Amino acid sequence: MPYLGSEDVVKELKKALCNPHIQADRLRYRNVIQRVIRMSKLDQWGQAEVLNFLLRYQPRSEEELFDILNLLDSFLKSGSPGVVMGATKLFLILAKKFPHVQTDVLVRVKGPLLAACSSESRELCFVALCHVRQILHSLPGHFSSHYKKFFCSYSEPHYIKLQKVEVLCELVNDENVQQVLEELRGYCTDVSADFAQAAIFAIGSIARTYTDQCVQILTELLGLRQEHITTVVVQTFRDLVWLCPQCTEAVCQALPGCEENIQDSEGKQALIWLLGVHGERIPNAPYVLEDFVENVKSETFPAVKMELLTALLRLFLSRPAECQDMLGRLLYYCIEEEKDMAVRDRGLFYYRLLLVGIDEVKRILCSPKSDPTLGLLEDPAERPVNSWASDFNTLVPVYGKSRWATISKCHGAERCGPELPKTSSFAASGPLIPEENKERVQEVPDSGTLMLVPNLQLTADYFEKTWLSLKVAHQQVLPWQGEFHPDTLQMALQVVNIQTIAMSRAGARPWKAYLSAQDDTGCLFLTELLWKPENSEMQISVKQNETRTETLKSFISVLETVIGTIEEIKS
Amino acid sequence: MISQFFILSSKGDPLIYKDFRGDSGGRDVAELFYRKLTGLPGDESPVVMHHEGRHFIHIRHSGLYLVVTTSENVSPFGLLELLSRLATLLGDYCGSLGEGTISRNVALVYELLDEVLDYGYVQTTSTEMLRNFIQTEAVVSKPFSLFDLSSVGLFGAETQQSKVAPSSAASRPVLSSRSDQSQKNEVFLDVVERLSVLIASNGSLLKVDVQGEIRLKSFLPSGSEMRIGLTEEFCVGKSELRGYGPGIRVDEVSFHSFVNLDEFESHRILRLQPPQGELTVMRYQLSDDLPSPLPFRLFPSVQWDRGSGRLQVYLKLRCDLPLKSQALNVRLHLPLPRGVISLSQELSSPEQKAELAEGALRWDLPRVQGGSQLSGLFQMDVPRPPGPPSHGLSTSAPPLGLGPASLSFELPRHTCSGLQVRFLRLAFRPCGNANPHKWVRHLSHSDAYVIRI
Repeated sequence: MPYLGSEDVVKELKKALCNPHIQADRLRYRNVIQRVIRMSKLDQWGQAEVLNFLLRYQPRSEEELFDILNLLDSFLKSGSPGVVMGATKLFLILAKKFPHVQTDVLVRVKGPLLAACSSESRELCFVALCHVRQILHSLPGHFSSHYKKFFCSYSEPHYIKLQKVEVLCELVNDENVQQVLEELRGYCTDVSADFAQAAIFAIGSIARTYTDQCVQILTELLGLRQEHITTVVVQTFRDLVWLCPQCTEAVCQALPGCEENIQDSEGKQALIWLLGVHGERIPNAPYVLEDFVENVKSETFPAVKMELLTALLRLFLSRPAECQDMLGRLLYYCIEEEKDMAVRDRGLFYYRLLLVGIDEVKRILCSPKSDPTLGLLEDPAERPVNSWASDFNTLVPVYGKSRWATISKCHGAERCGPELPKTSSFAASGPLIPEENKERVQEVPDSGTLMLVPNLQLTADYFEKTWLSLKVAHQQVLPWQGEFHPDTLQMALQVVNIQTIAMSRAGARPWKAYLSAQDDTGCLFLTELLWKPENSEMQISVKQNETRTETLKSFISVLETVIGTIEEIKS
Repeated sequence: MISQFFILSSKGDPLIYKDFRGDSGGRDVAELFYRKLTGLPGDESPVVMHHEGRHFIHIRHSGLYLVVTTSENVSPFGLLELLSRLATLLGDYCGSLGEGTISRNVALVYELLDEVLDYGYVQTTSTEMLRNFIQTEAVVSKPFSLFDLSSVGLFGAETQQSKVAPSSAASRPVLSSRSDQSQKNEVFLDVVERLSVLIASNGSLLKVDVQGEIRLKSFLPSGSEMRIGLTEEFCVGKSELRGYGPGIRVDEVSFHSFVNLDEFESHRILRLQPPQGELTVMRYQLSDDLPSPLPFRLFPSVQWDRGSGRLQVYLKLRCDLPLKSQALNVRLHLPLPRGVISLSQELSSPEQKAELAEGALRWDLPRVQGGSQLSGLFQMDVPRPPGPPSHGLSTSAPPLGLGPASLSFELPRHTCSGLQVRFLRLAFRPCGNANPHKWVRHLSHSDAYVIRI
């Protein structure tokens, strides 16, 4: 047990969290928690531990919630960043039903976070930046007035500069866009090619909202005729015209001349794509493509050749006279002499398509030239705070969501034994259900003649097979209002030895769960729970693998009791 | 919580290794960490790394790597704070933190680690509580001597009595039980400010930021109460007004938990009973509104003859400090276009030095007096980039790669915000000993002073 400043504190905490007598008495439980919070003798490590324990506590009423928040208020002003962030996380999680309280907390933590971002310690700076990005996902305007703090300094390590550039992208708004763009423009000519490219991509993502200014800046950058800059600018243009078709004209005017400065695969592909799709507006498009066709034999990247085939065919549809000859040569080369099979297959496909007829080619190749709706799909506008509140002040924002997913997958595979993949795992920090409700739920197996076998291990496949082969033995509808936490239901069902095979996550519409149980005679009960919020009722369908009405009735009553208890708890 | 803790030198040699839980790997984990660190791609952060179920979190301090491993999803802020606190603690006990001092005091370090962390959980990091458990003595390299006048560093410089303490004065072990009592009673108070400035190419000020700290290193027996008086007109926040005149303002202030703020509102006095060792009493920030002018302005003028490739850079540096102040160790770093091999220079005074190093110009000025102007003329040949000559670009634009100039300097006895410590008083005299020495110092230095060309 961690040393939390004195023996008394340790005793109090142990009592509160383990002693069933105290847990059963709501008032005493609450008092102990409050006394623990008021312990002033704790040092910063003790305070952080207490805040961590309290994450599992679920206050019973709104006034208790605000009571606790008032008591913990002083922790938010602590000098220790660990305590301040721990307190912030606790506030965010406890106040999950009160978004205005969450926003308020995030405003109060702005100061300490910004101080950490400018700290001397680079490591602290980096971690704080990751958390700032996390907050910006939900409150994009939160740090907009402090954009200057995120300007990159010359001596900073690369990884910090990259994070700052990302933050600058996300906090852009009408007032600061001019200055932010100027700053990013300065970074585009940085000595480090990686950083310059990151800055250009950043301008590209800002361009989705502030298209004109960004396209102007990018066009100027093309004028510098630097290889590493030109290739990234052309790639950015390619992505931009897809999402913002209004800038196509400006882009087409900027393109002529770039081909001399691009040597890498990605840049060439982007340029060729642009020439193919928008070639009718670019006067010298066929001649640029002709250059590529002349040198196709020495072209090392197969991806470029594939792109060239498609682009030339597209251009042929709009400018047949200029492209016919080189299209023929290209197809001949790809089919007869090319060694890469994928390129050859594509060449063959286009050739056969041409044989079918020009109308067919037009039908297949003339795709839409832009799709602005894709931009809306890609970045969901604002994610609610509750989606990441439990990740705040952990290692998740530091790694990033995608990397964390890969890490926890290998982590999970090593540590957990053979567990059913679909069952949602029981984290040790499940919600603490006061003892009284557990007792009520436990009464049920005693009534009736039904004895359900504990620790039933049914695989998902077996469940599915059996489910599909049986007919519904009983169907019933129970009233059910409002949201609930699936983990609570799962735990309650576990207490009565009903196993959850699969469960939708909280908030899914419609919400479904599949349960299984077996009694001591070997009779299997398979259940489906279906909740449609618009009807405010939970539909239960039960299938039994042996027809026994008595046991079926007992099982139904067990299920009803559990569900009824959960319904009461959450309300 | 924490599985292992180890300290590596800057070259990756393990100096200290301690396994708390015995649940992951062995000593080779230190080597694994160093390999992973050096092999990391440039855009990934080394602060938190992952390998086979273990997270490695580290900080760099005084050239050493202090690393912890954990297999749980813990708070990164908490762990980084723990590592900084450990660094300070080891510094307090061994005198200073460095490869030499750690290797000389291995037993002491292990004893400290035993007491601070139990089975991977933090027990206490307070110097006071630990003092009761630590038996080992610290080993110092040479006896402390007042006549050792080395260069100015942290903790130790001139005082109101115009005595000088060398920078090594404070880098001795805090809790030595030597019988030499007279050395014991000293207290060092430093007001250190970091200045971050960004000036655009047209001379306008884009950003100015001051991060300040008041640091205390106390060798007095703990429990000695002290009072630190700050400038009375110092205001916090934009709306407060005290005294007459513009006053001294900071945007935000935060204090150590030991500080008693009863008299802060009225008289700007901080009261505390500090433990022995190092501690940061107060931190403050100020942006955008400096009361005094910026210490340096640079007026560059660039002439580039595209045809012959001749580049001429004339730099005029003007120091806007008050006439009696000076700036020390001023260095200007200017990246040059690729391919420049040699340059010729004309400097305005003999004590300056300029050289070409790693593709950049380094101009050293050891001492710049307030109000003075210094200039340097540099000429070099820029090789022409291959390809056709570009048309449409204005010839007045500087060549690509002539990067922003960054200045680094120290301003002794000067705070950019104007905040000063008026007095440092000790409430009672430790019995039987001579009057304790109090050293107070103000210092500003540049964090990132960038001027764009």
